[in-house]
Amino acid sequence: MAEKKWMPRWFYQLASPRWCYQITGRLLPWFSVAALLLLIGGTVWALAFAPADYQQGNSFRIIYLHVPSAILAQSAYMLMAVAGAIGLIWKMKVADMVLKSAAPIGASMAVLALATGAIWGKPTWGSWWVWDARLTSMLILLFLYLGVMALNSAIENESTAAQASAVLALVGVVNIPIIKYSVEWWNTLHQPATFKLTEKPAMPVEMWLPLLVMVIGFYCFFAVSLMQRLRNEIIWRERRAGWVRELLNKQ
Amino acid sequence: MRMDTNPRQSSSVGMTGLFAATCRREFLLSFRRKSDLVNPLIFFLMVATLFPLGVSPEPGFLAQLAPGVVWVAALLATLLSMDALFRSDYEDGSLEQLLLSPQPLFVVVLAKVLAHWMMTGLALTLMAPLLGMMLFLPAEGMPGLMLSLLLGTPTLSLVGAIGAALTVGLKKGGVLISLLVLPLYIPVLIFGSSAVQAAVTGLPLGGYLALLGALLALALGLAPLAISAALRISISS
Repeated sequence: MAEKKWMPRWFYQLASPRWCYQITGRLLPWFSVAALLLLIGGTVWALAFAPADYQQGNSFRIIYLHVPSAILAQSAYMLMAVAGAIGLIWKMKVADMVLKSAAPIGASMAVLALATGAIWGKPTWGSWWVWDARLTSMLILLFLYLGVMALNSAIENESTAAQASAVLALVGVVNIPIIKYSVEWWNTLHQPATFKLTEKPAMPVEMWLPLLVMVIGFYCFFAVSLMQRLRNEIIWRERRAGWVRELLNKQ
Repeated sequence: MRMDTNPRQSSSVGMTGLFAATCRREFLLSFRRKSDLVNPLIFFLMVATLFPLGVSPEPGFLAQLAPGVVWVAALLATLLSMDALFRSDYEDGSLEQLLLSPQPLFVVVLAKVLAHWMMTGLALTLMAPLLGMMLFLPAEGMPGLMLSLLLGTPTLSLVGAIGAALTVGLKKGGVLISLLVLPLYIPVLIFGSSAVQAAVTGLPLGGYLALLGALLALALGLAPLAISAALRISISS
Protein backbone atom coordinates (compact mmCIF):
# COMPACT_ATOMS: atom_id res chain seq x y z
CA MET A 1 0.00 0.00 0.00
CA ALA A 2 1.46 3.28 -1.08
CA GLU A 3 1.41 5.79 1.71
CA LYS A 4 0.57 9.31 0.83
CA LYS A 5 3.43 11.71 1.46
CA TRP A 6 2.37 14.67 3.55
CA MET A 7 5.79 16.12 4.07
CA PRO A 8 8.85 16.32 1.82
CA ARG A 9 11.57 13.82 2.56
CA TRP A 10 14.05 16.33 3.97
CA PHE A 11 11.60 17.13 6.74
CA TYR A 12 11.79 13.58 8.11
CA GLN A 13 15.52 13.57 7.61
CA LEU A 14 15.88 16.48 10.04
CA ALA A 15 15.24 13.97 12.82
CA SER A 16 18.53 12.21 12.19
CA PRO A 17 21.58 14.07 13.53
CA ARG A 18 23.67 13.20 10.48
CA TRP A 19 21.14 14.43 7.91
CA CYS A 20 20.27 17.41 10.06
CA TYR A 21 23.95 18.37 10.04
CA GLN A 22 24.07 18.17 6.25
CA ILE A 23 20.77 19.98 5.64
CA THR A 24 21.61 22.83 8.01
CA GLY A 25 25.05 23.01 6.40
CA ARG A 26 23.36 23.62 3.05
CA LEU A 27 20.89 26.18 4.48
CA LEU A 28 23.44 28.06 6.54
CA PRO A 29 25.06 30.21 3.78
CA TRP A 30 21.65 31.35 2.47
CA PHE A 31 20.43 32.41 5.87
CA SER A 32 23.76 34.09 6.67
CA VAL A 33 23.61 36.19 3.53
CA ALA A 34 19.95 37.06 4.13
CA ALA A 35 20.63 38.00 7.75
CA LEU A 36 23.62 40.12 6.84
CA LEU A 37 21.82 41.99 4.04
CA LEU A 38 18.62 42.55 6.00
CA LEU A 39 20.37 43.65 9.18
CA ILE A 40 22.78 46.03 7.45
CA GLY A 41 20.11 47.38 5.10
CA GLY A 42 17.55 47.68 7.89
CA THR A 43 19.98 49.42 10.24
CA VAL A 44 21.07 51.98 7.65
CA TRP A 45 17.47 52.60 6.64
CA ALA A 46 16.29 52.89 10.23
CA LEU A 47 19.08 55.14 11.48
CA ALA A 48 19.62 57.38 8.47
CA PHE A 49 16.45 57.52 6.39
CA ALA A 50 13.43 56.83 8.59
CA PRO A 51 11.78 60.08 9.78
CA ALA A 52 12.35 61.22 13.36
CA ASP A 53 9.48 60.95 15.82
CA TYR A 54 7.60 64.23 16.36
CA GLN A 55 7.72 63.85 20.14
CA GLN A 56 10.73 61.74 20.94
CA GLY A 57 13.06 62.96 18.21
CA ASN A 58 15.82 60.54 17.35
CA SER A 59 15.76 58.57 20.59
CA PHE A 60 12.86 56.49 19.30
CA ARG A 61 15.20 54.83 16.80
CA ILE A 62 16.23 52.32 19.43
CA ILE A 63 12.96 50.49 18.80
CA TYR A 64 14.60 49.11 15.67
CA LEU A 65 16.68 46.98 18.01
CA HIS A 66 14.27 46.77 20.91
CA VAL A 67 11.16 45.43 19.16
CA PRO A 68 12.90 42.70 17.10
CA SER A 69 14.83 41.42 20.11
CA ALA A 70 11.69 41.36 22.26
CA ILE A 71 9.77 39.47 19.54
CA LEU A 72 12.66 37.03 19.14
CA ALA A 73 12.92 36.42 22.88
CA GLN A 74 9.31 35.26 22.90
CA SER A 75 9.53 33.28 19.65
CA ALA A 76 12.67 31.51 20.86
CA TYR A 77 10.83 30.40 23.98
CA MET A 78 7.98 28.97 21.92
CA LEU A 79 10.46 27.19 19.66
CA MET A 80 12.24 25.82 22.71
CA ALA A 81 9.00 24.54 24.22
CA VAL A 82 7.83 22.96 20.96
CA ALA A 83 11.23 21.28 20.57
CA GLY A 84 10.92 20.10 24.16
CA ALA A 85 7.48 18.59 23.51
CA ILE A 86 8.72 16.86 20.35
CA GLY A 87 11.74 15.54 22.24
CA LEU A 88 9.57 14.23 25.08
CA ILE A 89 6.92 12.62 22.88
CA TRP A 90 8.93 11.18 20.00
CA LYS A 91 12.30 10.94 21.81
CA MET A 92 14.12 12.73 19.02
CA LYS A 93 17.73 13.57 19.77
CA VAL A 94 17.77 16.54 17.42
CA ALA A 95 14.81 18.13 19.19
CA ASP A 96 16.71 17.85 22.50
CA MET A 97 19.66 19.58 20.91
CA VAL A 98 17.45 22.35 19.47
CA LEU A 99 16.09 22.98 22.96
CA LYS A 100 19.56 23.21 24.42
CA SER A 101 20.80 25.48 21.62
CA ALA A 102 17.80 27.83 21.62
CA ALA A 103 17.91 28.67 25.35
CA PRO A 104 21.07 30.83 25.44
CA ILE A 105 20.07 32.68 22.25
CA GLY A 106 16.63 33.44 23.65
CA ALA A 107 18.14 34.55 26.94
CA SER A 108 20.54 36.94 25.21
CA MET A 109 17.64 38.35 23.15
CA ALA A 110 15.71 38.96 26.36
CA VAL A 111 18.74 40.72 27.87
CA LEU A 112 19.07 42.84 24.72
CA ALA A 113 15.38 43.78 24.84
CA LEU A 114 15.63 44.74 28.51
CA ALA A 115 18.85 46.71 28.03
CA THR A 116 17.61 48.67 25.00
CA GLY A 117 14.33 49.30 26.80
CA ALA A 118 16.21 50.70 29.80
CA ILE A 119 18.36 52.95 27.59
CA TRP A 120 15.22 54.25 25.87
CA GLY A 121 13.34 54.61 29.14
CA LYS A 122 15.91 56.92 30.74
CA PRO A 123 15.34 59.94 28.43
CA THR A 124 11.65 59.17 27.75
CA TRP A 125 10.18 57.99 31.05
CA GLY A 126 12.91 59.52 33.18
CA SER A 127 14.07 56.26 34.78
CA TRP A 128 15.99 53.17 33.77
CA TRP A 129 13.42 50.79 35.10
CA VAL A 130 9.77 50.87 36.03
CA TRP A 131 7.83 47.96 37.50
CA ASP A 132 5.51 47.78 34.56
CA ALA A 133 3.71 44.76 33.14
CA ARG A 134 5.73 44.38 29.94
CA LEU A 135 9.09 44.93 31.58
CA THR A 136 8.34 42.61 34.45
CA SER A 137 7.03 39.80 32.27
CA MET A 138 10.10 40.09 30.03
CA LEU A 139 12.29 39.88 33.11
CA ILE A 140 10.42 36.76 34.22
CA LEU A 141 10.87 35.31 30.74
CA LEU A 142 14.61 35.84 31.19
CA PHE A 143 14.42 34.04 34.56
CA LEU A 144 12.64 31.12 32.89
CA TYR A 145 15.41 30.91 30.30
CA LEU A 146 18.05 31.02 33.04
CA GLY A 147 16.21 28.25 34.90
CA VAL A 148 16.17 26.00 31.82
CA MET A 149 19.87 26.68 31.22
CA ALA A 150 20.77 26.06 34.87
CA LEU A 151 18.86 22.78 34.94
CA ASN A 152 20.39 21.69 31.65
CA SER A 153 23.91 22.27 32.89
CA ALA A 154 23.29 20.78 36.35
CA ILE A 155 22.36 17.31 35.08
CA GLU A 156 25.28 15.40 33.66
CA ASN A 157 23.47 12.75 31.67
CA GLU A 158 22.65 14.41 28.35
CA SER A 159 19.32 12.77 27.61
CA THR A 160 18.08 13.21 31.19
CA ALA A 161 19.11 16.85 31.11
CA ALA A 162 17.22 17.38 27.86
CA GLN A 163 14.06 15.70 29.12
CA ALA A 164 14.12 17.54 32.43
CA SER A 165 14.57 20.91 30.76
CA ALA A 166 11.80 20.04 28.29
CA VAL A 167 9.39 19.48 31.19
CA LEU A 168 10.45 22.78 32.72
CA ALA A 169 10.06 24.62 29.41
CA LEU A 170 6.55 23.21 28.97
CA VAL A 171 5.54 24.18 32.49
CA GLY A 172 6.86 27.65 31.68
CA VAL A 173 4.65 27.80 28.58
CA VAL A 174 1.56 27.17 30.69
CA ASN A 175 2.69 29.92 32.99
CA ILE A 176 3.60 32.56 30.41
CA PRO A 177 0.05 33.74 29.62
CA ILE A 178 -0.72 33.71 33.34
CA ILE A 179 2.35 35.81 34.10
CA LYS A 180 1.53 38.14 31.23
CA TYR A 181 -2.01 38.82 32.40
CA SER A 182 -1.21 38.86 36.10
CA VAL A 183 1.44 41.54 35.71
CA GLU A 184 -0.74 43.41 33.22
CA TRP A 185 -3.55 43.70 35.76
CA TRP A 186 -1.04 44.49 38.43
CA ASN A 187 0.60 47.55 36.86
CA THR A 188 1.04 48.94 33.39
CA LEU A 189 2.73 51.80 31.53
CA HIS A 190 4.35 50.28 28.43
CA GLN A 191 2.64 50.98 25.09
CA PRO A 192 0.79 48.12 23.36
CA ALA A 193 2.33 45.93 20.68
CA THR A 194 3.69 47.64 17.56
CA PHE A 195 2.71 44.91 15.11
CA LYS A 196 -0.59 43.11 15.21
CA LEU A 197 -1.78 40.62 12.64
CA THR A 198 -5.25 42.09 12.52
CA GLU A 199 -4.58 45.81 12.35
CA LYS A 200 -2.42 48.27 10.50
CA PRO A 201 0.45 49.65 12.61
CA ALA A 202 -0.21 53.01 14.20
CA MET A 203 2.97 54.54 12.80
CA PRO A 204 3.55 55.70 9.22
CA VAL A 205 4.87 53.34 6.56
CA GLU A 206 8.31 54.95 6.43
CA MET A 207 8.74 54.11 10.08
CA TRP A 208 7.41 50.58 10.34
CA LEU A 209 8.78 49.22 7.07
CA PRO A 210 12.42 49.35 8.25
CA LEU A 211 11.21 47.83 11.52
CA LEU A 212 9.69 44.93 9.62
CA VAL A 213 12.98 44.49 7.74
CA MET A 214 14.83 44.43 11.06
CA VAL A 215 12.42 41.87 12.51
CA ILE A 216 12.89 39.55 9.54
CA GLY A 217 16.64 40.15 9.73
CA PHE A 218 16.62 39.19 13.40
CA TYR A 219 14.73 36.00 12.59
CA CYS A 220 17.34 35.12 9.96
CA PHE A 221 20.11 35.90 12.44
CA PHE A 222 18.38 33.70 15.01
CA ALA A 223 18.20 30.89 12.45
CA VAL A 224 21.90 31.23 11.64
CA SER A 225 22.91 31.30 15.27
CA LEU A 226 20.63 28.38 16.14
CA MET A 227 21.94 26.28 13.26
CA GLN A 228 25.55 26.93 14.21
CA ARG A 229 24.94 25.99 17.82
CA LEU A 230 22.97 22.96 16.71
CA ARG A 231 25.75 21.80 14.40
CA ASN A 232 28.30 22.16 17.19
CA GLU A 233 26.04 20.19 19.50
CA ILE A 234 25.52 17.47 16.90
CA ILE A 235 29.26 17.10 16.33
CA TRP A 236 29.91 16.99 20.07
CA ARG A 237 27.24 14.42 20.89
CA GLU A 238 27.89 12.23 17.88
CA ARG A 239 31.67 12.44 18.30
CA ARG A 240 31.89 8.65 18.57
CA ALA A 241 29.89 8.04 15.39
CA GLY A 242 31.70 6.98 12.22
CA TRP A 243 30.49 9.84 10.02
CA VAL A 244 31.77 12.50 12.42
CA ARG A 245 35.20 10.86 12.48
CA GLU A 246 35.28 10.81 8.70
CA LEU A 247 34.19 14.42 8.58
CA LEU A 248 36.87 15.51 11.03
CA ASN A 249 39.56 13.46 9.29
CA LYS A 250 38.74 15.13 6.00
CA GLN A 251 39.39 18.58 7.41
CA MET B 1 -5.39 -6.01 51.47
CA ARG B 2 -8.96 -7.15 50.94
CA MET B 3 -9.45 -9.29 47.85
CA ASP B 4 -12.38 -8.35 45.66
CA THR B 5 -14.00 -10.25 42.82
CA ASN B 6 -15.36 -7.18 41.08
CA PRO B 7 -12.40 -5.55 39.33
CA ARG B 8 -13.99 -2.14 38.91
CA GLN B 9 -14.93 -1.88 42.57
CA SER B 10 -11.56 -3.12 43.73
CA SER B 11 -9.78 -0.56 41.60
CA SER B 12 -11.85 2.31 42.98
CA VAL B 13 -11.29 1.14 46.55
CA GLY B 14 -7.63 0.79 45.67
CA MET B 15 -7.50 4.37 44.46
CA THR B 16 -8.84 5.99 47.64
CA GLY B 17 -7.00 3.42 49.71
CA LEU B 18 -3.81 4.30 47.95
CA PHE B 19 -4.41 8.01 48.52
CA ALA B 20 -5.13 7.49 52.22
CA ALA B 21 -2.20 5.12 52.69
CA THR B 22 0.25 7.54 51.08
CA CYS B 23 -1.04 10.44 53.18
CA ARG B 24 -0.79 8.34 56.34
CA ARG B 25 2.77 7.32 55.54
CA GLU B 26 3.80 10.93 54.89
CA PHE B 27 2.26 12.11 58.17
CA LEU B 28 3.92 9.34 60.14
CA LEU B 29 7.30 10.03 58.60
CA SER B 30 7.19 13.74 59.24
CA PHE B 31 5.90 13.47 62.79
CA ARG B 32 8.86 11.26 63.57
CA ARG B 33 11.21 13.97 62.34
CA LYS B 34 9.71 16.94 64.10
CA SER B 35 12.54 19.34 63.35
CA ASP B 36 11.81 19.17 59.61
CA LEU B 37 8.24 20.00 60.45
CA VAL B 38 9.03 23.08 62.53
CA ASN B 39 11.96 24.50 60.54
CA PRO B 40 9.93 26.19 57.78
CA LEU B 41 7.70 27.81 60.41
CA ILE B 42 10.67 29.20 62.31
CA PHE B 43 12.09 30.45 59.05
CA PHE B 44 8.75 32.14 58.28
CA LEU B 45 8.87 33.93 61.63
CA MET B 46 12.52 34.95 61.25
CA VAL B 47 12.12 36.41 57.77
CA ALA B 48 9.24 38.53 59.01
CA THR B 49 11.39 39.72 61.91
CA LEU B 50 14.10 40.90 59.56
CA PHE B 51 11.90 43.54 57.92
CA PRO B 52 11.25 45.83 60.90
CA LEU B 53 14.95 45.58 61.74
CA GLY B 54 16.15 46.13 58.21
CA VAL B 55 13.68 48.67 56.88
CA SER B 56 12.00 50.66 59.62
CA PRO B 57 10.16 49.85 62.89
CA GLU B 58 7.61 52.59 62.25
CA PRO B 59 4.07 51.07 62.52
CA GLY B 60 2.45 53.00 59.67
CA PHE B 61 5.18 52.07 57.25
CA LEU B 62 5.21 48.42 58.31
CA ALA B 63 1.44 48.19 57.92
CA GLN B 64 1.84 49.18 54.28
CA LEU B 65 4.57 46.62 53.79
CA ALA B 66 2.85 43.82 55.71
CA PRO B 67 0.75 42.10 52.96
CA GLY B 68 3.73 41.71 50.68
CA VAL B 69 6.16 40.74 53.42
CA VAL B 70 3.94 38.01 54.85
CA TRP B 71 3.32 36.62 51.38
CA VAL B 72 6.99 36.68 50.40
CA ALA B 73 7.94 35.04 53.69
CA ALA B 74 5.32 32.31 53.19
CA LEU B 75 6.55 31.76 49.64
CA LEU B 76 10.18 31.44 50.72
CA ALA B 77 9.29 29.14 53.60
CA THR B 78 7.38 26.85 51.23
CA LEU B 79 10.29 26.90 48.83
CA LEU B 80 12.70 25.99 51.62
CA SER B 81 10.69 22.93 52.58
CA MET B 82 10.29 21.74 48.97
CA ASP B 83 13.66 20.04 48.60
CA ALA B 84 12.81 17.48 51.29
CA LEU B 85 9.61 16.37 49.54
CA PHE B 86 11.10 13.54 47.49
CA ARG B 87 14.68 13.56 48.81
CA SER B 88 14.46 10.93 51.56
CA ASP B 89 12.25 8.68 49.43
CA TYR B 90 14.80 8.93 46.67
CA GLU B 91 17.69 8.14 48.98
CA ASP B 92 16.16 5.05 50.60
CA GLY B 93 14.82 3.72 47.29
CA SER B 94 11.11 3.87 48.12
CA LEU B 95 10.55 6.39 45.33
CA GLU B 96 11.72 3.80 42.83
CA GLN B 97 9.26 1.29 44.28
CA LEU B 98 6.47 3.86 43.95
CA LEU B 99 7.30 4.34 40.28
CA LEU B 100 7.41 0.59 39.70
CA SER B 101 4.07 -0.05 41.40
CA PRO B 102 1.04 -0.56 39.13
CA GLN B 103 -0.94 2.18 40.89
CA PRO B 104 -1.30 5.50 39.06
CA LEU B 105 1.51 7.85 39.98
CA PHE B 106 -0.90 10.82 39.71
CA VAL B 107 -2.70 9.75 42.89
CA VAL B 108 0.46 9.02 44.85
CA VAL B 109 2.00 12.33 43.90
CA LEU B 110 -1.19 14.23 44.73
CA ALA B 111 -1.33 12.57 48.14
CA LYS B 112 2.30 13.37 48.86
CA VAL B 113 1.84 17.02 47.90
CA LEU B 114 -1.38 17.27 49.92
CA ALA B 115 0.33 15.86 53.00
CA HIS B 116 3.24 18.22 52.46
CA TRP B 117 0.89 21.17 52.13
CA MET B 118 -0.96 20.29 55.33
CA MET B 119 2.33 20.37 57.20
CA THR B 120 3.74 23.54 55.65
CA GLY B 121 1.18 25.63 53.78
CA LEU B 122 -1.66 25.05 56.21
CA ALA B 123 0.61 25.62 59.20
CA LEU B 124 1.90 28.83 57.62
CA THR B 125 -1.67 30.00 57.05
CA LEU B 126 -2.53 29.37 60.68
CA MET B 127 0.58 31.21 61.79
CA ALA B 128 0.09 34.18 59.46
CA PRO B 129 -2.10 36.29 61.83
CA LEU B 130 0.78 36.30 64.30
CA LEU B 131 3.06 37.77 61.66
CA GLY B 132 0.33 40.17 60.66
CA MET B 133 0.19 41.41 64.26
CA MET B 134 3.97 41.76 64.38
CA LEU B 135 3.91 43.90 61.25
CA PHE B 136 0.89 45.98 62.35
CA LEU B 137 -1.39 44.68 59.60
CA PRO B 138 -4.84 46.23 60.24
CA ALA B 139 -7.39 43.79 61.63
CA GLU B 140 -9.57 44.14 58.50
CA GLY B 141 -6.77 42.55 56.50
CA MET B 142 -6.61 39.33 58.55
CA PRO B 143 -9.45 37.38 56.85
CA GLY B 144 -8.08 38.34 53.45
CA LEU B 145 -4.60 37.22 54.50
CA MET B 146 -5.81 33.86 55.80
CA LEU B 147 -8.10 33.18 52.83
CA SER B 148 -5.53 34.14 50.21
CA LEU B 149 -2.87 32.00 51.89
CA LEU B 150 -5.32 29.11 52.19
CA LEU B 151 -5.99 29.23 48.44
CA GLY B 152 -2.48 30.20 47.36
CA THR B 153 -0.16 27.92 49.33
CA PRO B 154 -1.48 24.65 47.79
CA THR B 155 -0.57 26.07 44.37
CA LEU B 156 2.88 26.91 45.72
CA SER B 157 3.30 23.34 46.99
CA LEU B 158 2.12 21.81 43.69
CA VAL B 159 4.36 23.99 41.52
CA GLY B 160 7.30 23.62 43.90
CA ALA B 161 6.93 19.85 43.73
CA ILE B 162 7.65 20.03 39.99
CA GLY B 163 10.97 21.68 40.77
CA ALA B 164 11.66 19.17 43.54
CA ALA B 165 10.92 16.26 41.20
CA LEU B 166 13.20 17.66 38.49
CA THR B 167 16.14 18.10 40.86
CA VAL B 168 15.71 15.06 43.11
CA GLY B 169 18.48 13.14 41.36
CA LEU B 170 21.00 15.93 41.89
CA LYS B 171 23.24 16.20 44.91
CA LYS B 172 22.77 19.92 45.41
CA GLY B 173 19.23 20.62 44.37
CA GLY B 174 18.41 23.32 46.90
CA VAL B 175 19.54 26.45 45.09
CA LEU B 176 18.50 25.09 41.73
CA ILE B 177 14.91 24.53 42.90
CA SER B 178 14.54 28.19 43.82
CA LEU B 179 15.90 29.19 40.42
CA LEU B 180 13.42 26.96 38.60
CA VAL B 181 10.38 27.61 40.72
CA LEU B 182 10.51 31.27 41.76
CA PRO B 183 9.52 32.67 38.33
CA LEU B 184 6.52 30.33 38.36
CA TYR B 185 5.48 31.58 41.81
CA ILE B 186 5.08 35.20 40.71
CA PRO B 187 1.38 35.14 39.68
CA VAL B 188 0.40 33.57 43.00
CA LEU B 189 2.37 36.21 44.86
CA ILE B 190 0.77 39.04 42.86
CA PHE B 191 -2.81 37.86 43.36
CA GLY B 192 -2.22 36.83 46.97
CA SER B 193 -0.76 40.10 48.16
CA SER B 194 -3.28 42.08 46.08
CA ALA B 195 -6.09 40.24 47.87
CA VAL B 196 -4.64 41.23 51.24
CA GLN B 197 -4.21 44.83 50.10
CA ALA B 198 -7.82 44.92 48.87
CA ALA B 199 -9.00 43.56 52.21
CA VAL B 200 -7.04 46.21 54.10
CA THR B 201 -8.49 49.06 52.04
CA GLY B 202 -12.00 47.63 52.23
CA LEU B 203 -12.32 46.78 48.53
CA PRO B 204 -14.02 43.54 47.46
CA LEU B 205 -11.48 40.71 47.27
CA GLY B 206 -13.69 38.09 45.60
CA GLY B 207 -12.00 38.59 42.25
CA TYR B 208 -8.51 37.94 43.59
CA LEU B 209 -9.66 34.89 45.50
CA ALA B 210 -11.38 33.60 42.35
CA LEU B 211 -8.12 34.02 40.41
CA LEU B 212 -6.18 32.23 43.15
CA GLY B 213 -8.77 29.46 43.02
CA ALA B 214 -8.44 29.25 39.25
CA LEU B 215 -4.67 28.93 39.55
CA LEU B 216 -5.16 26.21 42.15
CA ALA B 217 -7.57 24.32 39.88
CA LEU B 218 -5.11 24.53 37.00
CA ALA B 219 -2.24 23.38 39.19
CA LEU B 220 -4.30 20.52 40.65
CA GLY B 221 -5.07 19.24 37.18
CA LEU B 222 -1.73 19.68 35.48
CA ALA B 223 1.03 19.77 38.10
CA PRO B 224 0.73 16.09 39.14
CA LEU B 225 1.25 15.12 35.48
CA ALA B 226 4.39 17.23 35.27
CA ILE B 227 5.59 15.95 38.66
CA SER B 228 5.11 12.31 37.59
CA ALA B 229 6.91 12.91 34.30
CA ALA B 230 9.73 14.71 36.09
CA LEU B 231 10.08 11.91 38.66
CA ARG B 232 10.30 9.28 35.92
CA ILE B 233 12.98 11.34 34.17
CA SER B 234 14.97 11.90 37.36
CA ILE B 235 14.85 8.23 38.34
CA SER B 236 15.73 6.92 34.87
CA SER B 237 19.27 8.33 35.02
